[in-house]
Amino acid sequence: MAKVLLIAEHDGENLNPSTAKCVACAAEIAAAEIDVAVFAESAESIAAAAASLESVSRVFSSENAAYRGGLAAVLAPQIVALAGDYDYVLGPSTTFGKDLMPRVAALLGVNQISDIMSVEAERTFKRPIYAGSAVVTVEAPAGVPVVATIRTASYRAVGTGNSAPVEPLEMSADVPDHTRFIASETGKSDRPDLQSAARVVAGGRALGSEENFDLIYKLADKLDAGVGASRAAVDAGYVPNEMQVGQTGRIIAPDLYIAIGISGAIQHLTGIKDAGTIVAINKDEEAPIFEVADIGLVGDLFNVVPELTDAVD
Amino acid sequence: MEKILVGLKRVVDYNVRVRVKGDGSGVETDGVKMSINPFDEIALEEALRIKERGEATEIVVVSIGSGEAQQQLRTGLAMGADRAILVETAEMPDPLSCVRALLEIVNRENPELVILGKQAIDNDNAQTGPMLAALWGRPQATFASKLEFSGNSVRVTREVDAGLDVIEVDLPAVITADLRLNEPRYVKLPDIMKAKKKPLDQVPLADLSVADCPAIAETNFEPPAARERGIMVDDVAGLVGALKDKGLL
Repeated sequence: MAKVLLIAEHDGENLNPSTAKCVACAAEIAAAEIDVAVFAESAESIAAAAASLESVSRVFSSENAAYRGGLAAVLAPQIVALAGDYDYVLGPSTTFGKDLMPRVAALLGVNQISDIMSVEAERTFKRPIYAGSAVVTVEAPAGVPVVATIRTASYRAVGTGNSAPVEPLEMSADVPDHTRFIASETGKSDRPDLQSAARVVAGGRALGSEENFDLIYKLADKLDAGVGASRAAVDAGYVPNEMQVGQTGRIIAPDLYIAIGISGAIQHLTGIKDAGTIVAINKDEEAPIFEVADIGLVGDLFNVVPELTDAVD
Repeated sequence: MEKILVGLKRVVDYNVRVRVKGDGSGVETDGVKMSINPFDEIALEEALRIKERGEATEIVVVSIGSGEAQQQLRTGLAMGADRAILVETAEMPDPLSCVRALLEIVNRENPELVILGKQAIDNDNAQTGPMLAALWGRPQATFASKLEFSGNSVRVTREVDAGLDVIEVDLPAVITADLRLNEPRYVKLPDIMKAKKKPLDQVPLADLSVADCPAIAETNFEPPAARERGIMVDDVAGLVGALKDKGLL
């Protein structure tokens, strides 16, 4: 029976929703037994959340102060020490997983499959390349573990209600002292998290300033939506980097995505192509965003957005 | 610092709309404009700025690929790198073999810092930096948007999903560049002329002791599932109506 080791992502307190989506992918691998490993300064509640996920067989809970900040140089050797029994070692294709998993793969002496979007067979997967302009089918070589990251936007989170056993795990590899976590500066917001929000309102360069982005926030608050932005809006300094949607930012799949003043470069579209419904509001009727939008409205955002905000109950 | 090594990959230009070949054997690259991977350009720009501040002496650019990658290395030299190394191979090896080849160059050159792009925009793998750091047994700082050097360490601000992380790593180290680390300079014509005289060493991949490694087979290429163009509405009332029809409002 194929055995999967999945590395949990968390922020020190809560399990990241990416983990439940990775479990959904792992569950598609035939006859998988899915073990989840939690490495945290304080792991109990995170491990409990992982144990509640459907399809999970077992949770390893490893606690150590050195795990603060989730440093790849610290975690990778611990994972390698645990990986010997597994056919698959998986993580999310978030900045956490992208930083960590290639370090694990290299230490195991194997190539990594990045951004799995579908499981075709036991060792055959599909993944996007060229900012999603092409999809390649890849086959992992036999006889070595499959190390991979999972494109979380391609999967729906598994449900909860399970109570898999949680086993404590002793730290088994040395902790290097050449890498030190200093601080996190995370944007604290009361709005729904961009990555997991059911609705997202996003603004582009056409907003013109940080102040004008208020139009986006007001509409988002009316819709109880998360807020995103194009690369151009982030580069222009209207909003912080964690709001960027696209090839080099967040890849998201909300039920509703409203793109306002975003032209729709391929690098942006790759971040939203799994959205349920895409709405585009742009004054340029030739904007490429209209080619993928389910509902398009040509108009001046400075008139349309306040009107739409008022019209939403 | 004595030396900074920067990796430059030759990729299909950022502005090219990539198409899958009809027979599914790959993507169309014949006659397509090729450039330095944009994130590698940012990596090189950062190295040049460190040198210009007097904090590094020599910048070496490295590429792995066919003879044509000399073009991208010459561009790197024109930007201001001091010398270039091309690990020459007709067929691009698998990513881990590339990293092992790069490690051979790192062990020959002994740089205090290796700066790479966070990912190449062709295969979007985002693996080389962490893999190199792992095999080199050194720290990694990926997705860097700001570097501050002090003594034998560097404090790196990293762009992560939740915002920004700050970590400190001891040198030597591997750093991967994110978009907002800097804005690369434009190359001027006199610099292109000067770059022709700068040294460019060619090392056949076969001369490096790179162990065989089972590759991940790429068996088929296809265009992504297309989203259909939807409906256009005339005004906000039409938009609200369409959203209500879909049960989204």
